[in-house]
Amino acid sequence: MKKEDIPQDPSALNRHTKELCYATDKDGNYVTALSAGWDVKIKALDLAWEDIEKRIAEVKQKVLKKEASPLLYFMELRLMDMIILSAYSGFWQWQIKRHMKPQVFEKLSQKKLEKYAKAFNVSVEELKTMNVNASSI
Amino acid sequence: MQAQFKHLQAAHCENGVTTNLLQHVGVNITEPLAFGIGSGLFYIYIPFLKINNGPAIAFRTQPGNIFRRTCKSLGIEVVRKKFSSEKEAQKFLEECIANNQPVGCQVGVYYLTYFPKEYRFHFNAHNLIVYGKEGDNFLISDPIMENVTTLSSYELERVRFAKGPFAPKGQLYYPKKKAEITPENIKQAIVTGIKRNVRDMLHIPGPIAGVKGIKYTANKIKKWRDTLGLEKAGLYLAQLVRMQEEIGTGGGGFRYIYGAFLQQAQAYHPNAPLTELSKTFTQAGDLWRTAAVQASGIYKGRITAQADFNVMADYLYEISDLEKQAFISLSKIKW
Repeated sequence: MKKEDIPQDPSALNRHTKELCYATDKDGNYVTALSAGWDVKIKALDLAWEDIEKRIAEVKQKVLKKEASPLLYFMELRLMDMIILSAYSGFWQWQIKRHMKPQVFEKLSQKKLEKYAKAFNVSVEELKTMNVNASSI
Repeated sequence: MQAQFKHLQAAHCENGVTTNLLQHVGVNITEPLAFGIGSGLFYIYIPFLKINNGPAIAFRTQPGNIFRRTCKSLGIEVVRKKFSSEKEAQKFLEECIANNQPVGCQVGVYYLTYFPKEYRFHFNAHNLIVYGKEGDNFLISDPIMENVTTLSSYELERVRFAKGPFAPKGQLYYPKKKAEITPENIKQAIVTGIKRNVRDMLHIPGPIAGVKGIKYTANKIKKWRDTLGLEKAGLYLAQLVRMQEEIGTGGGGFRYIYGAFLQQAQAYHPNAPLTELSKTFTQAGDLWRTAAVQASGIYKGRITAQADFNVMADYLYEISDLEKQAFISLSKIKW
């Protein structure tokens, strides 16, 4: 890539930093320069987030219809999968799968709920009600 | 407490930390040299592993390798520690800071407060340098940021003990002592680095890694439209582009950094055709970007036919051949 071709498309990163790139100057020598962003990357990231938002909305409906416990909602909200939730909560994956059932979740002890609440960085009350400011972590 | 410290922005986090920590102990090295000596260039597509519901693809070597290999090739002793207790991790870090010893830390980006929210995923192999402390705030030099920043002790502990794959477990590392590295040492280390990179890209067993892995991915991409459907195939391509280019994960243009490495290495090896080969990597980098543009055409929904997926795959075949040729040429150099 030539230095003058380094893309400068304003991205979400812009308020925080510019990215350092390696590119060639007119003599073919490698130099470094800053990039504000590249719309190809920006769109790729946007798409990933659109997909995440969609999945969060879907699982929320599932929980409201009592097809799953709020754990599923918070797992999506916090971008976790089973492996990550298991690591943060200390529960085995098979346990989490069981706790995903609404009727099992409702009978969980306060102590277990607290473990999950901590893993998701919310209060037990928020965990039960899904009433949470989604953007805060 | 604040060590004598000069922040250094880099294209990739581990390169940056490696370069900066080595410069700190008196080694005259640049980011491209660290990347090349550490044999950082790689490719792997792991079909049975998913990250954020997409394919797991890496464009560089395994986290930790660049620092480890660069120091090893230069004969520099390394201190590396992991902790089971958060308290101990913090205590050790505080001691380093008190001794004016900047340290590299492996962290998760999900809770990294100075990153924009859009960039925060559960990716646990980011690297940064802690170089001082003011009150409750640790002074942070994150190589991908233009400027230094800070994290409170709670925030730093949270990212140092992020959980999940590649959990950092408070990991920190730094070169043990001041090093006397001569140009001759660097000259030798360049050869070691290139040979190891030839091995990784050409001779690694199995179909999913090295230049073969790029072909493997191309074959997969051709089938994505049918097997996954257009929407998911688009998401997968978007993930490929993010892994290739994005901050915190890939971290930008590794083929270009390798090109810059070969160009700088030429000064140490005037008789090897390194500047010439550097151009091939520039070409490979350009092709990766062209492929990314093609991918974006697909995930933006502008081009959606099977033929468009085939074009994407063809770019990857071309890249695979190009990188194969380049590494074969590198393997034939008489040093």
